[in-house]
Formats: sequence, structure tokens, C-alpha cells
Amino acid sequence: MFCILALFLYILIYIGMAKITYKDQQGNSKTIEVENGLSVMEGAIQNDIPGIDADCGGSMACATCHVYVEEKWLVKLPKAEDGEVDMIDMAFEPKKNSRLSCQLIVSDELDGLQVTTPEKQS
Amino acid sequence: MTKKDVIIIGAGPVGLFAVHQLGIKGLNAVVIDNLDKAGGQCIELYPDKPIYDIPGIPECTGEELTNKLLEQIKPFKTEFFLNERVEEVQQKSDNWFVKTNNKNEFIAPNLIIAGGVGSFEPRKLTLKDTEKFEGKSIFYSVKNKDEFKNKNISIFGGGDSALDWALELSKFSKINLIHRRDEFRGAPHTLSEIKKLEKDGKLTIKTPCQLESVEGDKSLKSITIKFEDGKIEKINTDIILSFFGLIMKLGPIAEWGLNMNKKNIKVNSENFETNKKGIFAVGDICTYPGKLKLILSGFHEVALASVECFKRARPNEKYRFEFTTSSKTIQDRLGKK
Repeated sequence: MFCILALFLYILIYIGMAKITYKDQQGNSKTIEVENGLSVMEGAIQNDIPGIDADCGGSMACATCHVYVEEKWLVKLPKAEDGEVDMIDMAFEPKKNSRLSCQLIVSDELDGLQVTTPEKQS
Repeated sequence: MTKKDVIIIGAGPVGLFAVHQLGIKGLNAVVIDNLDKAGGQCIELYPDKPIYDIPGIPECTGEELTNKLLEQIKPFKTEFFLNERVEEVQQKSDNWFVKTNNKNEFIAPNLIIAGGVGSFEPRKLTLKDTEKFEGKSIFYSVKNKDEFKNKNISIFGGGDSALDWALELSKFSKINLIHRRDEFRGAPHTLSEIKKLEKDGKLTIKTPCQLESVEGDKSLKSITIKFEDGKIEKINTDIILSFFGLIMKLGPIAEWGLNMNKKNIKVNSENFETNKKGIFAVGDICTYPGKLKLILSGFHEVALASVECFKRARPNEKYRFEFTTSSKTIQDRLGKK
């Protein structure tokens, strides 16, 4: 028991994980511990979160990992670069709080981040 | 029907290098791709973006890599069938029969699927009735610009395609250029031309707004757009041109009886054969333990797959491993004296 607890603490403190919540348009949500350094897109793909396709594999070339970011988190994220904003133009139903999840890198600061996947990606 | 040693689906970097690896082994191939040019994602998604992880090439763009690969396979005089999508794959004893949407037919003992993430298709509008008007009033590309003369045209998009066609068609039609944000992305010259046309009243720019609905019975009459602040506007429109880039669709590949893992085809990492003898999958579309979606991985995959292709195409010959530096046969095939 102690071992498990210690291991859990180790993971939390040394590897660094952040809780990311993925919501869909129907209101279903799933919260995953994603390792720091991975992208929000990779967190979704590795954990079989539906609604994120990531066809181009994270090279900012397809807009199929498009998500809506909760307003309060939007300001905490590094600003989207031009290439990302141009790609979002192509996304399905882009909004002001649209981001490409492949460009959102998980860190301690993003612990608790909530993103919503669009109705579809293409 | 054309008989070949190998049919390659996909003219991306990995499909192109497959031609090379087969060619130096004396195998002929045909390449089929849905795009109008070779290069796949390299040419369609990032022609100008530098790639830094091609061995021996410190830096090159997607377009440069494509051109170099085309040059490298020139000696093999391979025939390309572009703008064509493979619709049907059927087993005919030890061979694979392939038919395209253009009714071209091929047969070969080997089929290499180098299909990336599937075939590129324009990203379509998904509002109610947009499908009904597709090909009549709603278009995703301009094939013959004469059909767009003296019309009310609403162009959607903020990139090069939208801007270039807005400029071109404004010569003989009334253009509304509609984009979800104020900023357009295009060549500085194009942007200044657009601004000039707007000033002269030859083109109307509507931003930031998105398409809300389309109206019309047999043909399109008008569209409704919604601005960011909630304001609604109706615009008389005969034709919508929508330029929201391309998406990748797996398409018919999913129906060929191959073992799949989501959108990827399972292969063994010894020769990249699928569960069907003589069908291989290489590059981004294949998956196996440890798979990395890198161009260089695809190059390795086709090298190994080509050996198995040889064995199937030349069952009575013994495969001999040879180096390009020392094999006279290979140098002959490459046209080197």
C-alpha cells in the first residue's frame, strides 16, 4: 500500500503531471493525468479520447486537433503563432477560443485545463 | 489493363522512394495518387516549411525534397496516374487487381499502400442544404472560370486560394470576400491588390463573420452571414466558393479487408506486408510496435518491402542483395556508365 502511495507521489512530484479535462459537445467529459511536456493533443491520442483526430501528427498542418479552450484558461496559454491561427481558419466551426491542441504543451501551470472538442473535426 | 510488378498507391515521399528501391532491383511500378501532383503531404501541407531530419540533408523544404526524389527516380521512367483515386482492390489468384475512379485498371503481384493519412479532399461546408448545391452553386475549386462570369460570387476563406480567386474573378463578377477574422494571409502584392479593388468598389470584404445559412430552391439565391458581434446580413449570391483547405480521408482503403488499428494498417516490421499476401503498407499509414511517423522511417520500410516484392514478382529468380556503389547491374538501371 505504502509502495503504491510512494509511487503515486513520485509520479506527481518528479515526473510532473497535469490534470486535463476533455469535454465533448454532448457534455461528456473525461479528466486525464497528462505528463508535462506532452501536448494536449498527445494526451488525448494516448488515452483514446474521441473527437481529436490529429491527422498530420502534430505538425500544425491539418486543424483536426481543434479544441475550444475555456475562457479563463485562454489568457494563461501562450499566444497562438501565425501558423496556428492560419490553420484554425480551416478548422470546423472556429471560434474566438479555438486552439490547436497539438500546440498546447502541458505543464504545471496548465493543471486543471479544460478543453471542449468541436462537433467534428472535418 | 496494365500488368506491372508493383502498384504503388500514393505519390508522397515514401511512395516515390518505393519506385527507387523497386527500380534498382529491376522491378517496374506504376504510381497512383488522388492529388494533381506528386509529393503528398510534403507538397500539399508544407511545401515551404523546412524539414531538418532527412539523413544527409541538413535542411530542405517539402517541395525541394519532392523534386529531389523525382529526380532520383527519373531513370526508371515510371508512369504516374494523378488525380485518380483507387476505388477497388481485388485478388485474382496470386495477383492484385486495382481499379481507379477514372476506370483505369492495373494488375500486379504486389500492391504497396503508401497512402499517408488517406486521400486529400477539400474541406466542405456542412450546413443544411450545402450538399444539395454542391457542383451547381457551391464549389471547392475552380476548374473552368468561364462558368463564373457575370455572377454574384461569395468567396469564403482567408488564405492564398481565396485571395487569388477573388482577384481573378473580380475581373468579370461581383465578389464578396468573407472571412472569420480581419486578417488575411497572402502574398503582400495580392493583399494590396485586394485592398485596392475594395477601395474602387469592385470587391466587398466581410469580416469577421461566418456562413450562417444558404437559401434557394433549385439554385442558390442568397446566403446569410453572421458577424462576430451577432449582426446578421443577407447577401445575394449565385455562387459560393469555399476555400478551407484540404482534409485527409482514408476512403476505400478501410474496405479492403486489411487488419487496421484506427486509421492505420497493421504490418509486420520484417517486410511491411499486411495480413494479405502481396499487399504492403509503408509510411504514415502503417503501424507496428515502435512505429514513428517520420519520412526516414518510410524510406526504411520501402527498402525492406521491395525485397519481398521482388520475391513475389520473380519467383524463379534468386534475390541478391547488392550495393549501388559496386553493382554494375544497378548502375546500368540508373543509367550510369
